[in-house]
Amino acid sequence: MARGVDGGATARPRRLSPFTRRAIVTGVLFQLPWLIGFVAFLLYPALASFYYSFTHYSLFKSPHWIGLDNYRNLFSDQFFIQYDSLDHFLQSAVGNTLYIMVIGVPVSTVFAFVVAMLLNTDVKGIALWRTLCFLPAVMSPLVASILWVWVFNPQFGIVNAFLSFLHLPQPGWLNDPTWAKPTLILLNLWQVGFSMIIYLAALQGVPRELYEAVAIDGGGFWQRLRYITLPLVSPVTLFNLITGVIAALQFFTQAYTIGGASGNPQSSLLFYVTYIYTSAFQNFDMGYASAMSWLLFVAIALFTAILLLASRRWTYYER
Amino acid sequence: MSARAKSGRIVWYPPLRRAFTYLGVAIVVAIFLIPFLWMIVTSLKSPDDLIAHPLSWLPQGLYLKNYPDALSIIPYMQYLGNTMLISVPNVLGTLISCSLAAYSLACVRWPGRGISFGLVLSTMMLPYPVTIIPLYLVFRHLGWIDLASGYLPLTVPAFFGAPFFIFLLRQFFASIPMELSEAAKVDGASELRIYAQIMLPLSRPALATTALLTFLYTYTDFLNPLIYISDPDRFTLSLGLLGYFSQHGASWGPLMAAAAMFTVPTAVLFLFTQRTFIQGIATSGIKG
Repeated sequence: MARGVDGGATARPRRLSPFTRRAIVTGVLFQLPWLIGFVAFLLYPALASFYYSFTHYSLFKSPHWIGLDNYRNLFSDQFFIQYDSLDHFLQSAVGNTLYIMVIGVPVSTVFAFVVAMLLNTDVKGIALWRTLCFLPAVMSPLVASILWVWVFNPQFGIVNAFLSFLHLPQPGWLNDPTWAKPTLILLNLWQVGFSMIIYLAALQGVPRELYEAVAIDGGGFWQRLRYITLPLVSPVTLFNLITGVIAALQFFTQAYTIGGASGNPQSSLLFYVTYIYTSAFQNFDMGYASAMSWLLFVAIALFTAILLLASRRWTYYER
Repeated sequence: MSARAKSGRIVWYPPLRRAFTYLGVAIVVAIFLIPFLWMIVTSLKSPDDLIAHPLSWLPQGLYLKNYPDALSIIPYMQYLGNTMLISVPNVLGTLISCSLAAYSLACVRWPGRGISFGLVLSTMMLPYPVTIIPLYLVFRHLGWIDLASGYLPLTVPAFFGAPFFIFLLRQFFASIPMELSEAAKVDGASELRIYAQIMLPLSRPALATTALLTFLYTYTDFLNPLIYISDPDRFTLSLGLLGYFSQHGASWGPLMAAAAMFTVPTAVLFLFTQRTFIQGIATSGIKG
């Protein structure tokens, strides 16, 4: 940013010099594809969906203005949200999505950190182990979901075979409404490679002298973790939490592959974007779906802002 | 390790710590690897072997028929071709449009580039579902949906830049010393020439990361093809696989063979380029 402003600060005369004019032409020409893309594929659609969110628009007839009706209807739509009990809340799009965000995101962030710590050791063959742990992350989420249905198959799956070998109870996993979401979180843990790699890079950047200083003061593993490692990787923790929350709020492919458009079993896998998709492209209720999209945008902005504000208390930046 | 030994700990402590580390790594690697192996083992099992009780950990003899079956239960090669018709233009388009925009943000001094960079940063946060409906309506209006028009809605936007990759490339361009391009400018080279002959060759790691992530994203994308493709002849692999899965969920042998074949290209690409790839992801995270 700092480098970007200087061009404007030095040249603000009434008439631009030929040199500046040329620079603007060059700058804009290089950006032209992106600027067109910004207007055509981001700005216009965002404004249009804001307008549609106040209309009834069925795709076959032109939109007509209905004010806040879409937003009002959402809060009495049982697929969107249910308030009467926690069980019912967790059978609605909002409830399920918040579940993945509130439970799934912290759990996968901690898991990514633990795996990165283990892979940041000098165990023999560590390069190979790092590669193997990252591999699931390059797998298609759709294929991974199909694989998950098979791995967690109650009758023939490998997980229940293992649990029966240990004489432990064997849940119905993705067939059981109470277990379906935790099983999806396990799938997210398996594909956690990207967050893990970013943590690993940060861990490798921690100066050794700091650890040695703790050792000289007689500190052990937990002291090093608490006073050196965690503060130094805290910016990465913030990054992983924010990207995790944004991804969780837009959770779609895995849930749609496993639970279909209605989020089986018993709407326990009905997520926010799944409901946007069905409202728009199966019920053709474009206005209603646009209202949902905009509430999603507000939610993402809100949660990101909260995380950024709260992070001032626990993130540490050098300099 | 040596620092800890010097700090005067009890002698047995480091070996125990070491044993725990090995155990931890072993468990974690097993967790990541077992579902993978289970996919491959399943793809080599006969239908009877699949439902054997108690479950057999290894296939009873190699039942290779699942692989040709996987190629015929869905028109696998045709769908693979369709997927490539979407992925390849996306990679090319993203590379060209994003590197051009990034060059303007990092290497051309012009008033307004600060604002322009702010635009890139702020749109990185815009969730895709906000634009999805109007975009569909626009493409429908243009007659781009399910016609002989190819895969226009799925490929054209890539030629108009993606904020995340503009940001990634801009960060990389900004780290290249300005002296090089300034020397070229003194020698009379045009901006376009400096971009093509100096900046691009020097930015191979960042360009490779962009290409790989774009390929990975479009090759495995599901939501966009689901919205824009309804003709089964034009399905991508993802759509085809899901269609087969939801109709014949029980034929796990061919399904897992198809899953394995679907995963091979991304796994191989990743294995050959992992150093650049991991570097690129790690950089984007820390600077983000």
